[in-house]
Amino acid sequence: MFSTELWRLSASELVSLIERREVKAAEVAESVIARIEHAEPSLNAFISRTGDASVRHGSRVDEDRSNGVPLPPLAGIPIAIKDIVCTKGIRTTAGSKILENYKPPYDATVWADLRNERTLLVGKTNLDEFAMGSSCENSGYGPTRNPWDVTKVPGGSSGGSAAAVAAGMVPIAIGTDTGGSIRQPASLCGVVGLKPTYGLVSRYGLVAFASSLDQAGPMTRSVRDAAVVLKTISRHDPRDSTSIPGDRPDYLSGLGRPISGMRFGVIQELSGEGMQPGVVERFQQTLTTINRLGGSVEEVSVPSVTYGIDAYYVITPAEASSNLARYDGTRYGLRVEAPDVLAMNRATREAGFGAEVKRRILLGTYVLSSGYYEAWYGTALKLRTQIIRDFEAAFSKVDLLVTPTTPTTAFAIGEKTADPLQMYLNDICTIPANLAGSCGISIPCGLAPEDGLPVGFQIMGPALAEATVLRAAFAIESEIGFDGARAMQS
Amino acid sequence: MAISREDVEHVARLARLELTSEEVELFREQLSAVLERAQRIQSLPLADVPPTAHPVQLHNVWRDDVVEPCDVTEAVLANAPEREGDFFRVPRILEDAE
Repeated sequence: MFSTELWRLSASELVSLIERREVKAAEVAESVIARIEHAEPSLNAFISRTGDASVRHGSRVDEDRSNGVPLPPLAGIPIAIKDIVCTKGIRTTAGSKILENYKPPYDATVWADLRNERTLLVGKTNLDEFAMGSSCENSGYGPTRNPWDVTKVPGGSSGGSAAAVAAGMVPIAIGTDTGGSIRQPASLCGVVGLKPTYGLVSRYGLVAFASSLDQAGPMTRSVRDAAVVLKTISRHDPRDSTSIPGDRPDYLSGLGRPISGMRFGVIQELSGEGMQPGVVERFQQTLTTINRLGGSVEEVSVPSVTYGIDAYYVITPAEASSNLARYDGTRYGLRVEAPDVLAMNRATREAGFGAEVKRRILLGTYVLSSGYYEAWYGTALKLRTQIIRDFEAAFSKVDLLVTPTTPTTAFAIGEKTADPLQMYLNDICTIPANLAGSCGISIPCGLAPEDGLPVGFQIMGPALAEATVLRAAFAIESEIGFDGARAMQS
Repeated sequence: MAISREDVEHVARLARLELTSEEVELFREQLSAVLERAQRIQSLPLADVPPTAHPVQLHNVWRDDVVEPCDVTEAVLANAPEREGDFFRVPRILEDAE
């Protein structure tokens, strides 16, 4: 009776049902897998599915529980992981044909920690190839569709993770965020997406895109679930030399505490100009909600913030062009045979990479090439410093900065594929947090009146302010009471 | 900030990408548009601002140099497009000496 609807519940609700022995982990896994079977043909959220193994692992969790074996908090909870996170022995494609048959010989730390937590992996989710994109249309495995409206994109690059969570295919998914790839799809699919401070969560085993910005984080249907997952995956990792040392704070204890007296800064430069009216309307309404909760709202100027996108599209292609040099047909991945090594490298990369990846490799190689390096790459790095300084100045006046997560709600599949610049502009509000290395969350704040699609509210905090960001997000979420049930009907 | 077909072909060679003629033209147009917009960063007053290559200022991350077992040869070579014994096999790199 209960088991048919288990897939609708949040991770925290499932945890308490399992702990009280009202349901078994294997039943939860079966319910979620049945939901995936039903919704996957219309959404294409997964590249690989591992449902059978998840039921087996769930049964083992159930056995251990009945034998009194101590279990971690998330034991038996189904999860999905973006297919850019290495999973030992389980195909990891990064959304690219060049890695179509790649089975990593090791686990990413993020996955190792979730596996040790005894969560149940149900599959690897779809993404824009090598996480380069804002719509999931750049995947080598077909686009994912938005569960609110299957003619729309789910956002990207973690579009499969966002769609899977929104549609009830899984309560928890892991995404990665280099310029908004967790927050933007979370916004477009009406779920919660948290990009942690750079260095908070290990990058070991993430297929590298832009190493000075990449960061993994949780995508869930509630702020509490995001906090629970962050607690599990954030720690110092000796295998990642950029991992921040030291203990992590308790991300859960602030949830439910009042936010009266908290100061919210609206970034003047990103508060509505050129944005969809319904997005602005819901954003403004959420500011009123913050006031009602006792938080103060003021306008703050972050002058360099609108240049973030320009710096981003110099810095990340530069880093990507270097990171993707490893795909040369030699050690793993695709090889297209040719008589000599150079021809083999070229033919392999031409056949294996999609158009967006080639575009970024070319752009990155251009801005790093002799004669252009200082004017492009050098200038972008200086601009990055300026953005960091402007953020520091803003955070000396307010506790948190807020913006709409994206300028529009979900756009139509095919609408922006011909014009990369228009696609890039979708990330204008999310990119600055990556450049600054700070943290940010997107929570759903209602539906846009003109199209009935979800709008995301972004809350950014200084580096390592996740506890404050989550506390504010939880308070706002509780007051708004967003209803995502429509995405679970498809 | 228009770039030429030659620019695209030059960086494609550097990046070991073999592009079709249509791709060269498409990427020339699209990259020109992106650079056109981004060019405005070059007129910002940033001369005295130091560069940031990395958001976390960590220096000299040390650990003890401890030998650990690392028996991954088979797992690593299982992904090789072509192997010979414990080596990756690639097409000929050097010309014959004769």
